[in-house]
Amino acid sequence: MSDIIADQELDCRGMNCPLPILQPPKAIEQLNSGQILKMTATDPGSANDMEAWAKRTGNEIVASEEANGEYTYYVKRK
Amino acid sequence: MSDTTKLVMIASRGTLDWAYPPFILGSTAAALDMEVEIFFTFYGLELLLKKPKLLVTPIGNPTMPMKMPFGPKWFQKINWPIPNLVTTNVPFFDNIATFLMKKTFKKHGVASIEELRDICIECGVKIIACQMTMDVFGYTKEDFIDGIEFGGAATMLEGAADSTINLFV
Repeated sequence: MSDIIADQELDCRGMNCPLPILQPPKAIEQLNSGQILKMTATDPGSANDMEAWAKRTGNEIVASEEANGEYTYYVKRK
Repeated sequence: MSDTTKLVMIASRGTLDWAYPPFILGSTAAALDMEVEIFFTFYGLELLLKKPKLLVTPIGNPTMPMKMPFGPKWFQKINWPIPNLVTTNVPFFDNIATFLMKKTFKKHGVASIEELRDICIECGVKIIACQMTMDVFGYTKEDFIDGIEFGGAATMLEGAADSTINLFV
């Protein structure tokens, strides 16, 4: 999974609901369609929340992983 | 990116704990490309003041946890059984409870009300202050933050008429 090359990285570690979900919209706006945003969070709720955000906004989570309490999401801009 | 989903809320409460739902849901809905309107009325007007002085109280709120945000883990886990006799008679008890809750929020990475409110405004959430309760409570437009609108029941209902989610907080 980590062989995906991100065009931009966003660190949301230490933030709690709803902060982690409020950062990706701004970050993804700076990307072009098809580019990848890598987002890292420590909020366990971010797993479902990121999925909900992607579903509503049409962006796609192409990969995600969890290790040692850190959640990483690779989001492809629509 | 626009969406036809529209969230309209009435925020009627002016305590620190109840200040969170309208701003959390408002900012999150905006992040989810939804259109958002929040109508602030009665004690909810306090949330729009330039410097809101929000408190939380255990009075009439028997399940509110009273825990310490410092010290060893076992100590932080204790839910202090403080009787009403104390919470109602100790001066500034609400200020102490508020201080502890704010500290706990911060420790858990939760944003402050002012931060969430700023994000809402930045994201284009439409904020309407209830003109009638402003008059009754003696507020003027200058007391409130910039970027908000003023209106009454009809303004709220007009916005709610084509909404898909409607909440009273």
